[in-house]
Amino acid sequence: MSALVEIRDLWIEGRSDETWSPIINGASLTLNKGEVLGLIGESGAGKSTLGLAAMGFTRDGVRISKGSVMFDGIDLITASAAKKRDLLGKRIAYVAQSAAASFNPAHKLIDQHTEGPVQHGVMSRSESVQDGIELYRRLRLPNPEEIGFRYPHQVSGGQLQRAMTAMAMSCRPDLIIFDEPTTALDVTTQIEVLASIRDIVEQFDTAAIYITHDLAVVAQMADRIKVLLKGDEVEEADTRTMLAQPKEEYTKSLWAVRAFERPQKPAVHTGATPVVSVQNVSAAYGKIQVLHDVSFDIHEGRTVAVVGESGSGKSTTARCITGLLPPTSGLIEFDGQPLPANYKSRNKDQLRQAQMIYQMADTALNPRTTIGNIIGRPVQFYMGLTGKQRRRRVEELLEEIELPAAQYYDRLPSELSGGQKQRIGIARALAAEPKFIICDEVTSALDQLVAEGILKLLARLQDDLKLSYMFITHDLATVKAIADEVVVMKEGKVVEQGPKHDMFVPPHHPYTDLLLSSVPEMDPDWLTNLLNERGVDNIGDAAVDKMS
Amino acid sequence: MHSVIRIILQRLALGLLTLFVVSVVIFTAVNMLPGDFAQAILGQGATPEAVDAIRKDLGLDQPPVTRYFQWLGGALQGDLGNSFAQANFASFVGADSGVRTTVAQQIAPRFANTMFLAAVTACIAVPVSLVLGILAALFRNSVFDRATNVTTLTSISSPEFFLAYVLILFLAVLNPMLPSLSNIFEGMSFGERLEKTLLPALTLTLVVTAHMMRMTRAAIINLLASPYIEMARLKGLSPMRVIVKHALPNALAPIINVIALNLAYLITGVVVVEVVFVYPGIGQLFVDSVKIRDIPVVQACCLIFAAAYILLNLLADILSILSNPRLRHPK
Repeated sequence: MSALVEIRDLWIEGRSDETWSPIINGASLTLNKGEVLGLIGESGAGKSTLGLAAMGFTRDGVRISKGSVMFDGIDLITASAAKKRDLLGKRIAYVAQSAAASFNPAHKLIDQHTEGPVQHGVMSRSESVQDGIELYRRLRLPNPEEIGFRYPHQVSGGQLQRAMTAMAMSCRPDLIIFDEPTTALDVTTQIEVLASIRDIVEQFDTAAIYITHDLAVVAQMADRIKVLLKGDEVEEADTRTMLAQPKEEYTKSLWAVRAFERPQKPAVHTGATPVVSVQNVSAAYGKIQVLHDVSFDIHEGRTVAVVGESGSGKSTTARCITGLLPPTSGLIEFDGQPLPANYKSRNKDQLRQAQMIYQMADTALNPRTTIGNIIGRPVQFYMGLTGKQRRRRVEELLEEIELPAAQYYDRLPSELSGGQKQRIGIARALAAEPKFIICDEVTSALDQLVAEGILKLLARLQDDLKLSYMFITHDLATVKAIADEVVVMKEGKVVEQGPKHDMFVPPHHPYTDLLLSSVPEMDPDWLTNLLNERGVDNIGDAAVDKMS
Repeated sequence: MHSVIRIILQRLALGLLTLFVVSVVIFTAVNMLPGDFAQAILGQGATPEAVDAIRKDLGLDQPPVTRYFQWLGGALQGDLGNSFAQANFASFVGADSGVRTTVAQQIAPRFANTMFLAAVTACIAVPVSLVLGILAALFRNSVFDRATNVTTLTSISSPEFFLAYVLILFLAVLNPMLPSLSNIFEGMSFGERLEKTLLPALTLTLVVTAHMMRMTRAAIINLLASPYIEMARLKGLSPMRVIVKHALPNALAPIINVIALNLAYLITGVVVVEVVFVYPGIGQLFVDSVKIRDIPVVQACCLIFAAAYILLNLLADILSILSNPRLRHPK
C-alpha cells in the first residue's frame, strides 16, 4: 500500500527583516491511510509549519526552499494553485487551534460547514445541512438539530472545536491536520473534544496529523509520534515505544518535565497572622454576581494555588485583592490590617506590597520601552531611587532573574523570548520589593521546559525573599509542582481548600475529583480507560453540569 | 434585538443633542460676522434712520438670546424664517405687496438639486470604490493595485476646479458628449436632468473615490491575517470568495463610516464644483447669502449641513452596529 502523505527532505524558511531563516531543516514524514501521526515539540519547533506544508500550504512570509510533499501521488509543491484548491477542504482538511478565532464571526456555523461541500461540488446545500447535523450528533454536540444555526459567538469553546472538526469532516477528507485543537480549552472540556475527535477519525478511517505540545494528549490520540526541536527532527517511533523507551536526550527531557515538585513545607503555626486574608468576599460585574463568599488565607513564604476552569472567578478574586474591583461585601486584610476596597484609596506602601505577574508577558510589557526602563519605573516610583542607584538596583534585579544585565538592560521586549519576557515581568514585580505576588496563569502561555524554568525561579525567589504567592492556574501539574495549599473554585465559589498533599489524596469534593481525573496522563490507554469507567455521557461539560 | 434598539435610541438622542449644540454655535458664529444686512443692502449712502428702520423690521434690534430662541422655536416648527434678501422693502415707500419669500421656499429647490447631484455621484462613486477596493485587496501589491492607488490619489490631490476643467475639456469640448453647463430648472425631464448633472457628478466621483476605495482595501487587507481567513483559504475557496464572503462582511464597519463621511461631503462641500458648472445647488446659495449677510438663509444652510453630517454619521453608526452579528444576535 502506498503512503497517503510522503514528505521527503523538506526545507522551509521564514522571512524576518529581509533575510530568510530556516524553520524546518530537512524533515521527512510518511503517513499511511487511516493512520494518526502525532507531531510534538515546543513553540518555534516548526510543527504547525510542517503540518500546513503537508497541505501544500505556507503562510505569508514562509517558503519551501527544497524537498517534496506528495499527497496520494500528487506533488503539492509543483501543483497549480487551482489544483491545490481542489484538494484543500475536499481531500485535506484543517482544524485550527482556536476555533473561536477560526470560525468567521459573520456567518452561522452551518453556512460555514456547508461551504466546502457546496463549493467543491461534493453535496448540495440541503444534503450538506443534513450531513452536518448528523456529524454534530456523532460528535456529541448538544442540540445537533439547531446548534449549527447559531453564530460562533453563541457557542462555547469546546463545542466550537467539535463543530470545527465536523466542518473538517464535511467532505469526508482522506487527511485532517489537527493543529493544537485542545490547547485553549479547560481540562474537563478538552477530554470530551479528544474523545469526539478520536471516535470520528476512527469511524471514517481518516488519516490525521495531530500537532500538540502536550505529550499526554498526543499519547491518547496518535499511533506514531514524531518529535521536533527547532526545525530538526529528533526521533520518531510508535506511541508505546516512544513513551516507554525514548532514545534521544531531548525527548527524555520532555518526558521528565513533570517530575519537578517542591518539597513539602512544615505546617504554619496556628495563630500566625496571614500575609493576605480574604474574608467572605463577594463581587459583581454590574448586576452579575461573580464571586460568592470567598475566603482563604495566604501565609508568609507560602504558595496558595487557586484552581478552576475559565469563568470560575480566579482572576476576579485577584482583582478584588489588588483593589481593581472593589468587592460588594467582605474584607481583604494585609498583615492583619484591613485594606481599603478600592486601590485608589490605598497608600503607596499598601500598593507596593501586592504586585502582579500576568499571563501574557507579551501584552503586559510596553513594547516601546527598554527593559531597563520597564524595571526602573517601579524602582523609582516605589523605592524613590534615581540615576545611578536606580540603574544599580535594576541590574541587581536582572541578575536575580538570571538575565545578565549588560546584555539585556537596553533591549526592547520584542527582542526577548517568551520565557525571558515572563522573567522581566517577575523582575518588575520584585522591583517594588513586595511581600505578596499574584501570579496569574504565568506559565500557561509557555512551553513546558521554559515554564519549569519559571517555576523554579519563583520557588527560589520565595525561599530567598520569603515571598507569598497566590498562584492562579488551571493546570494541575503546575499546582503539584509549586503549591503549598490549594483553593478549588467553581462558579465563583470555593468548593474545596486545604494543603496540597490532602488535595491529591482522595476523598475529595466531586468537582476536584473531576478536575483531577480529567488531566491527561502519559498512558496511551488513559482516555480509553476513563471513558470505559465514566461512560461517554459523563465527561466534560455534561459531567460539570450534573454537578451543579 | 432589544440591545440594538437601545443603542440606536441612544445614538439618536446624542445626535439631537449634537444638533442643538451645533445650532448654538451656528447662531453665535453667524452673528459674529462683521457688518450687517441693513448696512450691506443700503450701501454707503445709508442714513442711520433707514438702517434702523430695516433693522427693526427684521427684528435685528432684539437681543441675541431672544433672537436665538425665536429662531430655534421657528426652526423646530419647520419655519426657518424669511429671507432678508427677498423681503419686499417696498413697504418703506408705502407700497407693501405683503408677499415675503420664506427661507424654506428659497432653499427647497436648491437643496433638492444638491441632493440629486449627491445621489447621482453616490450611485457612481460608492460601487466603483467598493469594486476597486476589493480588486485592489485581491491583487494587492500588483501592478493593478499600484495603478489604482496612484490614479485615485492623483485625483483626490488635484483641486476640484482643475478636475472639472479637465473633464470639460475631454468630455464636452474635444468630444462633445456631455453639456459643460448644468443649468437645471424645474420641469426638466429626469433624463435631461441626469445628462446635465453627469459632468459635475463625475468630477465629484473623482474627488471622493480615493478615500472610500483605500479604506475598503485597507479594511479588507487588515483582516487577511485573521485565523478565519486562513481557514477559508484552507477550505480551498477561491481568492475572490475568500475576500467577498469572508473578509468583506467583517470589514464593513470602517467602510460604512468612510462612505458616510464622503456622502456628507457631497451634500455640504461642493461649492467649487457648483460654481464651475453653474449648477444651482445649495452651496452657491450659501456663499451668496454670506456675501450679503442674509442671516436666516445662512443659518438655515448651516443647520441643514450639520443635520446632514449628523444624520449620515448616525446612519453609519447604526449600519455598523447591524453589521456586527454579536449585537444582532446576542447570546
